[in-house]
Amino acid sequence: MTVDNYRLSQLDELEAESIHIFREVAAEFEKPVLMFSGGKDSIVMLRLAEKAFYPAKVPFPVLQVDTGYDFPEVLATRDRWVERLGLRLHVASVEQAIKDGIVVDDGKTPRNRLQIGTLLNAIEEEGYTAAFGGGRRDEEKARAKERVYSHRDEFGQWDPKNQRPELWSLYNGRIHEGEHMRVFPLSNWTELDVWDYIRREAIDIPSIYYAHQRRVFERNGMLFSESEYNPLRDGETVTERQVRFRTVGDLTLTGCLESDADDLDKIIEEVAASRITERGATRGDDKFSEAAMEDRKKEGYF
Amino acid sequence: MGTGTETGMDLLRFATAGSVDDGKSTLIGRLLLDSKAIFEDQLESVERTSKDKGFDYTDLALLTDGLRSEREQGITIDVAYRYFATPRRKFIIADTPGHVQYTRNMVTGASTADLGLVLVDARQGMTEQSRRHAVILSMLRVPHLVLAVNKMDLVDFSEETFRRIEAEFTDFVRKLDVPDLTVIPISALQGDNVVTRSEKMPWYGGSSLLHHLEHVYIGSDREMRDVRFPVQYVIRPKSDEFHDYRGYAGQVAGGVMKPGDEVIVLPSGMTSTIEAIDAFDTQVDEAYPPMSVTVRLADDVDVSRGDMIARVNNQPEQTQDLDAMVCWMSPGALKPRAKLLVKHTTRTVKALVKEIDYRLDVNTLHRDQDAEEIGLNEMGRIRLRVQQPLMVDLYEQNRITGSFILIDQASGVTVGAGMIRD
Repeated sequence: MTVDNYRLSQLDELEAESIHIFREVAAEFEKPVLMFSGGKDSIVMLRLAEKAFYPAKVPFPVLQVDTGYDFPEVLATRDRWVERLGLRLHVASVEQAIKDGIVVDDGKTPRNRLQIGTLLNAIEEEGYTAAFGGGRRDEEKARAKERVYSHRDEFGQWDPKNQRPELWSLYNGRIHEGEHMRVFPLSNWTELDVWDYIRREAIDIPSIYYAHQRRVFERNGMLFSESEYNPLRDGETVTERQVRFRTVGDLTLTGCLESDADDLDKIIEEVAASRITERGATRGDDKFSEAAMEDRKKEGYF
Repeated sequence: MGTGTETGMDLLRFATAGSVDDGKSTLIGRLLLDSKAIFEDQLESVERTSKDKGFDYTDLALLTDGLRSEREQGITIDVAYRYFATPRRKFIIADTPGHVQYTRNMVTGASTADLGLVLVDARQGMTEQSRRHAVILSMLRVPHLVLAVNKMDLVDFSEETFRRIEAEFTDFVRKLDVPDLTVIPISALQGDNVVTRSEKMPWYGGSSLLHHLEHVYIGSDREMRDVRFPVQYVIRPKSDEFHDYRGYAGQVAGGVMKPGDEVIVLPSGMTSTIEAIDAFDTQVDEAYPPMSVTVRLADDVDVSRGDMIARVNNQPEQTQDLDAMVCWMSPGALKPRAKLLVKHTTRTVKALVKEIDYRLDVNTLHRDQDAEEIGLNEMGRIRLRVQQPLMVDLYEQNRITGSFILIDQASGVTVGAGMIRD
């Protein structure tokens, strides 16, 4: 466990810091919730929450925004986790939000963006005062500047120029009625740290992270899964290849990579050797503009 | 980043400071690039932007200037955190802007740092700003300080220039409380002495910057003598299986705790013995900073969040009067009789500003005893009276139990940071 006497390994130090954050939120906020996508980062969050409160149950529910375009393997993993930890699962459906007129589907806006309105509505309706997110600062330039406790106004918006200073490990959880806090316990983790931790803790993650055979087609230089939600365009053809997903999200936007990494050792080797960020490699939603993430975050994205 | 980071690596957090023109962003870009923490798509985007702007070389500063508003203004507006790793260590950089108006960001970045990196331009030498950075780093008790004399290529790698700046800085730092200073001549743009030793400066006998960051010894920097355990959360499962379980969860702030230790719970003063220390589903023989654990006591004593567990013969001071150095971070000045909230470890209490002792000029270290207020981005010494006792140590003895933040009651915003002094 220790590197030398009384010195934690960096992974243990990250774990200790994240557990501290979970406990701090549980102690100071009336109604926290954990935003759960079924992706590896949100699963690592659940594992840390499990450790933080053991042998008591995790003292907050999990919230999933269902785009209607989620991978079935991801939903299956979600259900196993919820079952094992005995959690309450709150699913906020984009489909339902469209029907209820909370968000508008103009046929052009990706589901990913419609998630923002759906999420904010769910937070408001249930009166959640803190929402844990799996965002990491190494993911993207806008995230590198976000606090662990990220204050959201009553419109759910982030104001990057007006963030509260965050010193030592003293987190300020003061909010007004109608506001909420986004909390990022994995802020200081890198993609590689997450994978190392998954391996060390033998964490159950969706099977689509491992290399498998899949029917895919190429679009904008990325490989996408064949699906009824993903109608082929002119000139696109489906082939079967051995692929894996590096992130999981809306299956109409989340691309996969050709890979033979079918176990964690191989995945870690692949991630360590990779020269492209996980978002750059496989997320269509970040390609629209250089400031895509900054804009979505300001509006209230995860 | 050849392999996974799991095997025994430790973590070094460092804060960088420098003015816009000192080449700080370029240096960080260089460290990230040479340690392969920058990815091709990120580099391509920066190369494209550099070309569009008509630069002759790739502007590595673009790698770290994240927000659009910053790119538009060509400055860094907030603390940004960067990550890279070598086979020896993982590094977290708190990258803070150097402008006059952003002292608060420097203080923020320095609060968690094991090491502070100050950059100066070899052509200019020490400036008011580099002095200020050194003062803030020493005030925040950052244990290691590195001065990187940058742009050595623009002074023909002159030893004489370097030695002059080195002497000037060393002399200045003598007035401060800096336990460890290292001065390194570099060229961030060309990579000299950043990752590997430069052949252009054979007169320099020290290590490259990265080598120094990888090898600087931080093992003894944590306070291991005085046991301090702020109780964060009480774990009571209320389940059939763990019917009588009652554990006190928290992150060790000081000392080494062991089962069998006789301890005192403050402020109540009740004593007991540590029965077990749980880390998830296993028990540990020892707990020390920064471990997050759950402590079980042998006796049924009343313990709640905000309490502090310490050893009977080694206790923090219990007080309602705090003497502290504060950094003020809010547009409205700090004045006597102001009512605020203090968050100290896991306890938040009301506080009244009794007195402003002096305002400190961080450039000259002059103490203005006549000051009646402390303005935005200024530092000074104040006296506070808090509504309930806090269990405190001097900041120089423990950076966790010796620090607090000040919160405005009405807005809820963090308006200041405090370090307890005697």
